[in-house]
Amino acid sequence: MSQLKTKHLLGIKDITEEEIQLIFQTADHFKDVLNRPIKKVPSLRDVTIANVFFENSTRTRLSFELAEKRLSADVINFSSSSSSVKKGETLLDTVNNILSMKVDMIVMRHASPGAPHFLAKHIKATIINAGDGTHEHPTQALLDSFSIREKFGDVAGRKIVIIGDIMHSRVALSNIFALQKLGAKVMVCGPATLLPKYVKELGVKVELDVKKALEWCDVANVLRIQLERQQMSYFPSLREYAQYFGINKKLLDSLDKPITIMHPGPINRGIEITSDVADSEHAIILQQVENGVAIRMAVLYLLANQAPV
Amino acid sequence: MQQRLLLDSNLLQITILRLCQQLIESHDDFRNSVIIGLQPRGIFLANRIKSVLETLQENKLHLGYLDPTFHRDDFRRREQPLRPAETRIDFAIEGKNVILVDDVLYTGRSVRAALDAMSTFGRPNKVEYLVLIDRLYSRDVPIEANYIGKKVNTLHSQRVKVELKEQGGEDNIWLMNKS
Repeated sequence: MSQLKTKHLLGIKDITEEEIQLIFQTADHFKDVLNRPIKKVPSLRDVTIANVFFENSTRTRLSFELAEKRLSADVINFSSSSSSVKKGETLLDTVNNILSMKVDMIVMRHASPGAPHFLAKHIKATIINAGDGTHEHPTQALLDSFSIREKFGDVAGRKIVIIGDIMHSRVALSNIFALQKLGAKVMVCGPATLLPKYVKELGVKVELDVKKALEWCDVANVLRIQLERQQMSYFPSLREYAQYFGINKKLLDSLDKPITIMHPGPINRGIEITSDVADSEHAIILQQVENGVAIRMAVLYLLANQAPV
Repeated sequence: MQQRLLLDSNLLQITILRLCQQLIESHDDFRNSVIIGLQPRGIFLANRIKSVLETLQENKLHLGYLDPTFHRDDFRRREQPLRPAETRIDFAIEGKNVILVDDVLYTGRSVRAALDAMSTFGRPNKVEYLVLIDRLYSRDVPIEANYIGKKVNTLHSQRVKVELKEQGGEDNIWLMNKS
């Protein structure tokens, strides 16, 4: 297999294990490029990409923009807070206006689940989902799995627990799909109020006790408490959450094995994870960020190839 | 399928020895020279050249592999995309005399991409190009090799098939009609 079957990257649910492995193999080469004195290749020099962000983002937007620039693509950035969306323009009108400027690919983040799927049905350009509400965040899941593969050599057979706000997390859902496709065993752990009712139907283990979850796993992917998505209280206080579900050094020291700690960022230090854990040798949080650029270069490169000149 | 043997194992060995002796004439003790094999098959030839050179003179040589896939000018223009291969250059090429090694020179586009790819590692003092087979009169870009194993007149309807021991089987280089 040397090319993706899909024209868009809307979610991990829609792609196969073979396609994920192709993305990983391509990302290996881009990671090598990123460690050269000159970190740029000319592959996408005739491709224009619009980063369309209807929701706040630091890491993902910067990571995509850097990946695009490393591939020599022309890049335009759009954020809804400073645009005509505020004047009442529809999503389709906004994107069609961007496309009429001869844009080939759209990287989009939107607060509504399914927004990139809707666009993919109505426009010709290639769409990459950079997060749609509480639904999927495919490139984050790819870079998380890629980081696990880098650490352990393979994802298959590894035990990964995702801890925190599973219900509101697009990272959790995309991670579950990616890890399962790659043959890992997946557990979710968090307050019962933040676990979706039907999560077991995805074939994951469910654990409410964080200590038991940590005893079971090789890798803990600790999610951020998403205060901005919670219109009602799902737990009594942040202090209580930190007490029962926060990952701290004392908890990790009480286990009989070292556990690799991941976090998709941004970190709420002292809530879901303490600083001594986030900055410890077992944390691969900054490697995740580094791998994010290589993974996004691979995705952009492989999808650009699906849209021949 | 019609095919003609261009080089067999014995002739290949003699050719590589001659190429190495020509390299020694230009590079003296190789103290400031490095060899870079182009992926995918140039790396096998580069390995052989390195080991022959190390038997003919005293100094050890630096050898790297370079994959020019991301620098090619036919991205999004091929039916099947090329799979990238490993690039491994764990030495500085800044100020060095680089010998690029490949199996076949045809349109010259691959080596043009390789020159681009190599420039991301630094600025060499000088770059030379060694090929085993030079397909004459078929260049798309103005590029010629400095060291040539064998010059061959070919048609566009033909291809050069390089079989090397390293990939399993025998050393044989064929000129054949595209099927």
